[in-house]
Amino acid sequence: MKPAPFRYDAPATLDETLSLLAEAGEHGKLIAGGQSLVPMMNFRLARPGRLFDLNGVAELDFMRVEGARLRIGALTRHAAFHRPPCEGPTGALLAEVVRHVAHYPIRQRGTFAGSIAHADPASEWCLVAATLDAEIVARSRAGERVIAARDFFVASLATALRPDELVTEVRLPVLGARWRTGFCEFARRAGDFAIAMSAVALRLDAGIVREARVGVGGVEDRPSRQPAAEQALAGRPVSPAALAEAADAAAREVKPMTDLHADAAYRRHLVRTTTRRALERAAA
Amino acid sequence: MADRRYIGVSHKRLEDRALLTGAGRFAADLSAPAQLHMRVVRSPVAFGRLRGIDAAAARRLPGVVVVWAFADVAHIPPIQIRLTKIGGLEPYQQTVLARDYVRYVGDPVAVVFAEDPYVAEDAAELVVPDIEELAPCICATDPPGEFMPATLPGVSTEVAVVRKSYGDLAAAFAAAHRVVELEVAVGRHTGVPLETRGALAEFDPASGVLTMRGAAKVPHYNRGQVARMLDMPDEMVHLIEGHVGGGFGVRGELYPEDVLVCHAALRLKRPVKWVEDRQEHLMATNHSRDQCYRLRAAIDARGFVLGLEAEIFSDQGGYVRTHGVTVPDLAAAMLPGPYVVPAYRANVHVRLTNKTPAGTYRAPGRYESTFARERLLDAIAHALGRDPIEVRRTNLVPRERMPFDRGIDTLGTRVVYDSGDYALLLDKLLAHLDYERLKAALAARRAAGERVGLGLGYFVEKSGLGPADKAVVSIDAAGTVEVVTGAASIGQGIETAMAQICAEVLQVPLERIRVVHGRTDRIDYGMGAFASRVTVMTGCAVQAAAEALREKLRAAPSGTPAAAEGWFRADHMTYPYGIHAAVVRLDPGTCAVHVERFVVAYDIGRAVNPMLVEGQIVGGAVQGIGGALFEELVYDENGQPLATTFADYLMPTLAEVPPIEALVTEDAPATQNPLGVKGAGEAGINGAGAAIAAAVDDALGRPGAVTRLPITPVRLHRLLAAGG
Ligand SMILES: Cc1cc2nc3c(=O)[nH]c(=O)nc-3n(C[C@H](O)[C@H](O)[C@H](O)COP(=O)(O)OP(=O)(O)OC[C@H]3O[C@@H](n4cnc5c(N)ncnc54)[C@H](O)[C@@H]3O)c2cc1C
Repeated sequence: MKPAPFRYDAPATLDETLSLLAEAGEHGKLIAGGQSLVPMMNFRLARPGRLFDLNGVAELDFMRVEGARLRIGALTRHAAFHRPPCEGPTGALLAEVVRHVAHYPIRQRGTFAGSIAHADPASEWCLVAATLDAEIVARSRAGERVIAARDFFVASLATALRPDELVTEVRLPVLGARWRTGFCEFARRAGDFAIAMSAVALRLDAGIVREARVGVGGVEDRPSRQPAAEQALAGRPVSPAALAEAADAAAREVKPMTDLHADAAYRRHLVRTTTRRALERAAA
Repeated sequence: MADRRYIGVSHKRLEDRALLTGAGRFAADLSAPAQLHMRVVRSPVAFGRLRGIDAAAARRLPGVVVVWAFADVAHIPPIQIRLTKIGGLEPYQQTVLARDYVRYVGDPVAVVFAEDPYVAEDAAELVVPDIEELAPCICATDPPGEFMPATLPGVSTEVAVVRKSYGDLAAAFAAAHRVVELEVAVGRHTGVPLETRGALAEFDPASGVLTMRGAAKVPHYNRGQVARMLDMPDEMVHLIEGHVGGGFGVRGELYPEDVLVCHAALRLKRPVKWVEDRQEHLMATNHSRDQCYRLRAAIDARGFVLGLEAEIFSDQGGYVRTHGVTVPDLAAAMLPGPYVVPAYRANVHVRLTNKTPAGTYRAPGRYESTFARERLLDAIAHALGRDPIEVRRTNLVPRERMPFDRGIDTLGTRVVYDSGDYALLLDKLLAHLDYERLKAALAARRAAGERVGLGLGYFVEKSGLGPADKAVVSIDAAGTVEVVTGAASIGQGIETAMAQICAEVLQVPLERIRVVHGRTDRIDYGMGAFASRVTVMTGCAVQAAAEALREKLRAAPSGTPAAAEGWFRADHMTYPYGIHAAVVRLDPGTCAVHVERFVVAYDIGRAVNPMLVEGQIVGGAVQGIGGALFEELVYDENGQPLATTFADYLMPTLAEVPPIEALVTEDAPATQNPLGVKGAGEAGINGAGAAIAAAVDDALGRPGAVTRLPITPVRLHRLLAAGG
């Protein structure tokens, strides 16, 4: 369990990093928290020829609210969310979700943007990004582009990023006071990757759902919004029946994967449970 | 002045200072100047004909010293069986590198020695075995096939059938009020010490002595084997134990890697270091469990078992390793457990498959057989509409029948339960649980819609396997006492326990006593640590040696250095017993099982250090819960192991287990040894699967629903989907 040989560089600036990425092409890899990459390298499932360490690039270490956006810089660790990073439902959701991301020591190193770039189908942050329509800001020497979450996650561990691109930040909407959020995850043990999870956000007006966002993760090869579940809620009062219908709709629509810990039928069952519970928490 | 008591006191562990201050020295901490690093090349396929090894590219890699395949070590005999040497097993023993066939994913096919561990791993990747793949067998209930068809034609993968019986089974079934049958299985688990295997071997040309550090469990036995296999006199080989990060039965048996490290140090004339990684551990170190039980019981109208017939299938994996048929033997001998069962017959089909070879793991053959037997008792209760506790009472061996001769042997000793009051322990457990109140409370919660349940598993343990142990106790002019034993420490606290026994005799403070263990260079005889034997066997030898020393000192002026030797011999094991009780809550939405309460009631005979006993129980219970709910070494249909990391082999963490309640009693001291002690090592794990299965049944309201461990969410989902 030792990595294959690689060359290591620790650039100090973003420009330097982008040059290194451009020069290395397919052989180069960024390392942020290393909490996904290093295990994969040790198992020799990943064997980058060159490794560029982001941790010295101080300009990427930020998190701030600007307007209605929470801007999460590439070096923001999971642990930064142990307390709500902003007011309102978005901050509350992030602080709730972070408790499910791995274990305490891992959260001190692993980064939000690293999770997004890594695109594990069971990553909580990827689910939050998909559910809240995050914007992913990608930079290369050729310039910057902003990628919508729905276009960013392509498949398991695959994204729209090009090898010479770096995620400089991820932007989340700071939801207003009318929004309610909820999250529910099932994993075999505390801190394990989710077998299924749901994140929801409801905009309520006098008890009526005006807008619904229902996201499911850990179930398909990437996190997804669930339009049928969202439609089941829109325009209706938050009644147990509406929540149950939405949960049923999500369970019906997903195409669950099968692995060692769950077959498709069980995952579908879990989607109903996690969606229902996430909605109940949002509505509570 | 009255003697000070040391036995029975919860002294803090003498060994902890070094461990807690980071001064522990485990195998991976050892290094020697100019050492080489060993890396094993393992078979990527489950079964196949090994046609050759291409190591040319690996040999060319800078830093690689040598690469060996079977031809380079052909003169080394296969690894012998240590326990239960029944005849006919020789063809199934494992060679240190595969010869003509590979028989599991992880089977060593070649070995690389390099200047650093990274290069060793790079080189190992470049070694290409040429293997003609064959269809693997991955299920012991499938018909047996051929072990190595081309080279050993006709040699069956059913290596033995272990048979045990007594009483008139035909008469029992003829007289039966009813016959209750069931089939249950326990999945594949393994002991997962935090410290993986590792070793550092050094040859000293000046003295001609070969030393292997990183030994564990049975250093003396392994010393003899290494010497024999490498054709050296015993006294020129030494095995030395450092700190050991857990054993659980798997660590410290003699494995191919141990022999390869030693052989390389001799041949290459350089120190050789090897540290197993976790992925290797999960596919190369012994596995265990993986048994299927088909039981038929003839019962009378009260549920008393008149006769029990068992057909058992034990999956031993690719080869027969050092444990021979120990696990099947113990399974068959201990299946009747605490019950009278006047007539009995068990046939255990010991079968090889194309999975990692299996051996013992904490409560070998008992975790499984207790699960099967207690499932059966629950099924009997259900069949008759009786309370499961009452059915157990009907069957328990009464105190008046102690010592109770079971009428069969195991591990070469007659199974005679030396002492016990099984009904009393049950009463004490029920009182501890406040059983009637608990039952009512659970019923009320169920009525309110919760899925909660209570289950019990009763078991008899065995401990203190002979034949003998030796200790030497000495005192120097300054009054420092040294206790030299042939025992091994796998983390269980033997330094403390042995010091307490010695202190009780000599009346010297514990701080003045040093305990030596796990060193073949300090004592010529030793049996090591397994089968919950150390406190009984080594403890009694220490007591004997200390008493002999006390006699010598009586006449001598104070300050006289002296030493004395003590032995303890035993033909029979001693039999502690216990009950596990679990309260669980099912979440039908997630199909998870939450263990709300877990109680272990256990009669230890006499506790040398109650805190250490409790520690053993708590740790064992956590592992037992792991086996019941989380841990499973799953294989796909091609024989590929799917759980080779901690992301897939799930051991419970603090978040998954409740505080374990230990109810330790001393009602039935051992009659076979002067201390009256029985072993503690396997108390916490034995009945965990049984208790949790019964609790899940109860929560489901469906007796007999659980037929297989672990009860994973997927399996519970199928049960819930089938039964609503
Ligand atoms: C035991 C364990 C349990 C875990 N459990 C969970 C869990 O429950 N949920 C969960 O979500 N995660 C879990 N993780 C993963 C953890 O959250 C990682 O920290 C995270 O997935 C990746 O973040 P990182 O900063 O560590 O990225 P790294 O490991 O450094 O990198 C991961 C990948 O992302 C790329 N990358 C990193 N940063 C950037 C960037 N700015 N731009 C472009 N590419 C980039 C790297 O090149 C690499 O390919 C677990 C990890 C461990 C070890």
